[in-house]
Amino acid sequence: MDFALSEEQRLIAETVRAFVEKELYPLEDETEKTGTVAPETAAEIREKCKAAGFYAANLPAEVGGGGLDCLELTLLERELGRASMALTVHFARPSGILMACNGEQREKYLLPAVRGEKLDALAMSEPGAGSDVRGMRCAARKAGGDWILNGSKHFISHADIADFVIVFAASGEKQTARGIQKEITSFLADRDAPGFSVLPGYQSVSHRGYNNCVLAFDDCRLPQSQVLGEVGEGFALANEWLFATRLTVAAMCVGRARRALDLALEYAARREQFGKTIGKFQGVSFKLADMLTETDAADMLTLSAAWRAQKGLPANREIASAKLFASENLARVADNALQIFGGMGLMRDLPLERIWRDARVERIWEGTSEIQRHIISREMLRPLESR
Amino acid sequence: MKILVTVKRVIDPYVKVRVRADGAGVETEGVKMAMNPFCENALEEALRWREKGEASEVVALSAGGAQCAETLRAALAVGADRAIFVKTESPPEPLAAAKIIAAVARRENPGIVWMGKQAIDGDFNQTGQMTAALLGWGQALFLSAAKLEGGAVLAESEVDSGIQTVRVKTPCILTADLRLNEPRYATLPNIMKAKKKPLEEMSAADLGVDDSPRLTVLATAEPPPRAAGKRVENAAELVRLLREEAKVLS
Ligand SMILES: Cc1cc2nc3c(=O)[nH]c(=O)nc-3n(C[C@H](O)[C@H](O)[C@H](O)COP(=O)(O)OP(=O)(O)OC[C@H]3O[C@@H](n4cnc5c(N)ncnc54)[C@H](O)[C@@H]3O)c2cc1C
Repeated sequence: MDFALSEEQRLIAETVRAFVEKELYPLEDETEKTGTVAPETAAEIREKCKAAGFYAANLPAEVGGGGLDCLELTLLERELGRASMALTVHFARPSGILMACNGEQREKYLLPAVRGEKLDALAMSEPGAGSDVRGMRCAARKAGGDWILNGSKHFISHADIADFVIVFAASGEKQTARGIQKEITSFLADRDAPGFSVLPGYQSVSHRGYNNCVLAFDDCRLPQSQVLGEVGEGFALANEWLFATRLTVAAMCVGRARRALDLALEYAARREQFGKTIGKFQGVSFKLADMLTETDAADMLTLSAAWRAQKGLPANREIASAKLFASENLARVADNALQIFGGMGLMRDLPLERIWRDARVERIWEGTSEIQRHIISREMLRPLESR
Repeated sequence: MKILVTVKRVIDPYVKVRVRADGAGVETEGVKMAMNPFCENALEEALRWREKGEASEVVALSAGGAQCAETLRAALAVGADRAIFVKTESPPEPLAAAKIIAAVARRENPGIVWMGKQAIDGDFNQTGQMTAALLGWGQALFLSAAKLEGGAVLAESEVDSGIQTVRVKTPCILTADLRLNEPRYATLPNIMKAKKKPLEEMSAADLGVDDSPRLTVLATAEPPPRAAGKRVENAAELVRLLREEAKVLS
């Protein structure tokens, strides 16, 4: 067993961290104040990310991506996680599912996404189908050689700035051992496809400037060539390519927890009350000790889950544990860091206030904490139940 | 022409520095380290000259403890072709560093040694000058612009009265100021290549340099806290106070 990072891993983490600190931190206040990132600013981040060869670092080198492996990518996400997501979205990692593009789809979607000419968004959730995604009602029906989509999606991140959306829709039903199940197919929908509109979403407490949108499909006609992967195999595709998004959340939570901890530590060493620095009071110092210990644990859990995924070992349960623990740890660390700052911690003048707000969504998206516990416990109990 | 670039490992400029409990310096234990920002400018310039075809090779040099190899790997990831790591017993003082750089320069015969104008740890601002003296080479310091012209460098630095331009014949020592350029990030392809690039290791003794410390630090103290500001009624009052109290106007 060797816990040391390789040269490459260390340099990747250091470079991304430097980028985040020098290029993104200075933009955070403005982003929070205005709730938006100006298109010129976004373009600048993307250009700098491209110049450093990090654009689409998650996709294989054969298609022009950075070709990072799962561990390297997890380290990259960890360092990116320190900064506001409204900004890091432009340090783009196009959805891995685009690797399923074939034929003309590669030229039209995959390669432009890798080159930074097009931005993607991914749409599964609906008002009536959150954790139970298979319950989706957005439907695709065959009409001649085309597909007609009807229904709506909500909570779709950064669809407002996306050029196209990977959308999942129910395309039929099939009989399975567990009864009738919906068949899900994924489609590539251009922003300007007739019958498709991107509407403003809700105002979220977390990640200001990283907007969520409502998508409406009203007799949206898509030719067969817009089907991504095989008809009816949408979930198989998602399982193959999207497991990494939970690792991404876990890694980002670790990075952001470290930032909150750094701020709290600095403050505890400097702020004086009752004639000493507050770090001298055990009520504060023991909090710091727990924050570090648990953040280290979240880091290890996340990296070891990434390591398993990279080795091709079963990792579903481990990734669920990492996502669960890292997101819940971030909530605790952000809350404790804020407590250490006292009243000042609540004020917009400091980054802690938004780290605390941003932390809240991490326990909800990419599968709620309850769903992660469900995945973990199901795997624990399954071998016992069959006896 | 070969360019030798010196890169020093220092406390990351974004880290808040703390004085060590024993006052013998600042805390470096467990503190995030980085390449000295002025060295980043020097490296960036050397890489640009190589990209323009004016230099054929960029060699990075760092002297100090074992961890300096990390700073050299970072230099390779940014784009240097190869690296030389000179191990020393203690962090080299300016004179020892200058002797090491001069010894490496005699072996490597670079046309230019690009250095940072100073390191942000000790802020000595001596090493470039001493290296030039030891080698008997010309020097151009605190550069905000520089270009090659024939066998010489036309170098600009900002001085109180404006911009000073000097011509210095190669081989020479050039030291970089922050305004020289905007350093690039390590690129992902170069990071992947960095490990395969040669990193030669030697000790100060191998170069015949005595790196033992000659300076004794008597005390290290936090800068005094800033005094509270003062509100003035109008510009006339401000000018009067600047003249009479602050004595910055005459
Ligand atoms: C800001 C934001 C951005 C998002 N971006 C995207 C996006 O880009 N694309 C996309 O497709 N989706 C996106 N989502 C959707 C996100 O993945 C869902 O919010 C999430 O899956 C939960 O669904 P829900 O909100 O409908 O909650 P529900 O599923 O309705 O859950 C409500 C509560 O019930 C609990 N619960 C549900 N089922 C069970 C169970 N079986 N056992 C125990 N407890 C259960 C949940 O844990 C939760 O506490 C985003 C969400 C947010 C908030």
